Amino acid sequence: MTVDWSHFTPWSSLAGGMLIGLAAAMLVLLNGRVAGISGIVGGLLVPRGGDIGWRLAFVGGLLVAPAAMSFYDVNPRIDAGFGTLAAAGLLVGIGTSYGSGCTSGHGVCGLSRLSPRSLVATLTFMGAGMATVLVTRHLL
Amino acid sequence: MNLVAAFAAGLVFGIGLILSGMTDPGKVIGFLDLAGYWDPSLAFVMGGAILVGFFAFRLAGARGKAFLGGALHLPQRRDLDARLVAGSVVFGIGWGLAGFCPGPALVAFGSGVDQAAVFVAAMLGGMVLFHAAERLR
Repeated sequence: MTVDWSHFTPWSSLAGGMLIGLAAAMLVLLNGRVAGISGIVGGLLVPRGGDIGWRLAFVGGLLVAPAAMSFYDVNPRIDAGFGTLAAAGLLVGIGTSYGSGCTSGHGVCGLSRLSPRSLVATLTFMGAGMATVLVTRHLL
Repeated sequence: MNLVAAFAAGLVFGIGLILSGMTDPGKVIGFLDLAGYWDPSLAFVMGGAILVGFFAFRLAGARGKAFLGGALHLPQRRDLDARLVAGSVVFGIGWGLAGFCPGPALVAFGSGVDQAAVFVAAMLGGMVLFHAAERLR
């Protein structure tokens, strides 16, 4: 294993992570809800009365975040083509629905709650992600 | 008030994702790429988030209800089942293919990245498929 020192950003990643934790804290303390993005979005697709507003408001906040951070250079490196992106999106949509969560719901909130289900889910999707990158970037 | 709080939480969450570098799929792939040049940043993101989240969820659990009124909605299940593991495998494969998971993809979509729009549309399609399949069960 070789560490990629040129891209490693310990401080901004730690600070950004703490903001993510703060956001999860705000949502659970003020609204009583778990900040799991796949669950929040999934709940919009089978609307139930009285359960829509907070979901739309949270997603709205996510969508306008880039405008608030326009001074901050990101330069995303996206090498997947549109076909791969579509397949990946489909897998993520199906997988997070069956697995009841994603990186935020299981990885951040679930681990914060010391949930055994979330620990298993997080280890599983990280392992599957690492295996996928190994296959697509080194073996194929 | 509930809506303002949820919007603010989403905004802070998105700012955190941008600051942490997670809206760059290359950075996520860099973390998952143990055999290549490994970027440990994602572990710092999760560590920082859990450091804050741990105390927040303890406080929320101790209080038992939301500060703006209303119930506390926390998952109650603690059992492990095949759906949890199989779903997480499928999610992990999609995550490793493109380097996007739901939150960063939505934020990147909000910044006008075409590739994120394709990913988000397909992700919503996958969620719709799941709900359709659940209705047939």
